[in-house]
Amino acid sequence: MSTRAGVPSRPAAPGEAQGIIGGSAAPLPTRVLRHGAYEALAMLRNGEQLVLAIVLPLLALTGLVLTPLLDAYGSSRIDVAAPGVLALCTMSTAFTGQGIATGFDRRYGVLRFLSTTPLGRSGLILGKAVAVAVVLAVQLVVIGGTAALMGWSPRPEGILPAALLLLIGSAAFTALGLLVAGTLRPEATLAVTNLVWILLAAAGGVIIPAAALPAAAEPFVAVLPSAALGDGLRHALADGFLDPIACLVLLAWAALASLAAIRWFKWS
Amino acid sequence: MPTTPSALVIDGLIKDFGPVGSLDGRMVRVLDGVSLSAAHGAVTVLLGANGAGKTTTLECAQGLQRADGGTIRLLGEDPHRASPHLRARVGVMLQDGGLPPSVRPLALLRHVASMYSSPLPVDALAERLGLDEFGAVSIRRLSGGQKQRLALACALVGRPEVVFLDEPSAGLDPQSRTIVFDLINELRADGLAVILTTHLLDDAQKLADYVYIIESGRTVAEGTVAELTADTDTDGMRELRFDTVPGLMLPADLLPHLHQREPEPGQYVLRGALTADDVAQLATWWASLGVMPTAIAMAPRSLEDVFLDISGRSIR
Repeated sequence: MSTRAGVPSRPAAPGEAQGIIGGSAAPLPTRVLRHGAYEALAMLRNGEQLVLAIVLPLLALTGLVLTPLLDAYGSSRIDVAAPGVLALCTMSTAFTGQGIATGFDRRYGVLRFLSTTPLGRSGLILGKAVAVAVVLAVQLVVIGGTAALMGWSPRPEGILPAALLLLIGSAAFTALGLLVAGTLRPEATLAVTNLVWILLAAAGGVIIPAAALPAAAEPFVAVLPSAALGDGLRHALADGFLDPIACLVLLAWAALASLAAIRWFKWS
Repeated sequence: MPTTPSALVIDGLIKDFGPVGSLDGRMVRVLDGVSLSAAHGAVTVLLGANGAGKTTTLECAQGLQRADGGTIRLLGEDPHRASPHLRARVGVMLQDGGLPPSVRPLALLRHVASMYSSPLPVDALAERLGLDEFGAVSIRRLSGGQKQRLALACALVGRPEVVFLDEPSAGLDPQSRTIVFDLINELRADGLAVILTTHLLDDAQKLADYVYIIESGRTVAEGTVAELTADTDTDGMRELRFDTVPGLMLPADLLPHLHQREPEPGQYVLRGALTADDVAQLATWWASLGVMPTAIAMAPRSLEDVFLDISGRSIR
């Protein structure tokens, strides 16, 4: 759109001749990618975030392979463990990590300041999505690579369905993280996102399949985004098919959480 | 006012906050008819006590808050629906800075610069504002003045036509104050519309081309400093200071139109429209008490008198 249209013309100010005045926005893709890279770098440089994003998933992977915890759910421990740990990674980055970072940025007025720059509110959110995708890609390389060294052999026909589930899953968890960060104080966001991460990791169908839980709990757990992502990734990478129920559950969570975040997110 | 079209025009701005729990869920009207305009190549100052509504006015003008009534035109557009192109022409320095504490100052400035297609050279701007002196530490370790300078750089790096500065002199040490004030004068000379808030009369007197006094969510007076402090009804003197014995307050029926204070024991300040007759009455009263002042001084009307006349209280 034209930037000067509708603005009354005025005599050139002295600054325009010297180039002091004359701000114009960088193109949208540049703004979003630059902000995504900036936030991804900030997440990867933060020690606590690295523990959450890389160290804990690696420990989980090692523990699951060394113990008989998953022996009931498949012939190969690593083939059952690796998809669940990838789901765990998605929750770490999109929900907990990104939620905490956004909560504190909101406290310090960073969100308000950046939304006055050409980045704007929509660019800020898109940039966060890019940052989550970048960090998740790093996790996939590190965790997937380590799992491969431990003998993981995912089904090739399951790669594409898994990528789709990771995409929808990270969208759902990013929206949930933003919802928490935009409605609670940052200290509460820190507590809530960490607690939810631990609870979902332990009993949310992420690592241990929802079907393995007590019969009374299973229907509730099965509709959690964590179980949809964990079970969906296991079906894709261990069994080689796209789980339509898991897909729908994740899509529903992504849509609901996005609507709720749009409705209730407070910028200051 | 300069005759070029205004960069910012606000007319009858209304803003409600709430619902407030401690007021049984009622709304609180924080802005109740703010009207102002800001010209290019001029420093427009919003002057008022803390809580008068200055920051809320700026936030509505920046598009950070939605107005509940009235109109705002920023460079001819509605700031609440600002396109990236409009935002690129407007620089903002928030009162709390809006700076992420764990980032290094120059990394942040470079990042903000990357949102614009032709930003100012970051290194030169950093040098101009003395940011290069503390470029290697994280923002959380900076002093208040250093943070203010960084926030100012972030507001200017995109080469804006309009710049909003919310309390730019808050927390400034004398060195930072000189740097910031010099820069604001340069921005005016370069043709920018500078819109700043302050509760410091001294800042307003030094920087302002045009002042709006904001009181309880309304613009209650406006003009150049000279216009605001001009006297029409007196001989021009608005303040009489005298030193004498402590505890000597004027009786209620003597010079009731003057506001008297004893800021230090034995040092008195009378404010109001002073006439030669007032001075004579005061001298007669001293003589009747057998008191001799050790010092007497008169001063013309200042912005502080203007504020006192309007609000009935001191700005501080």
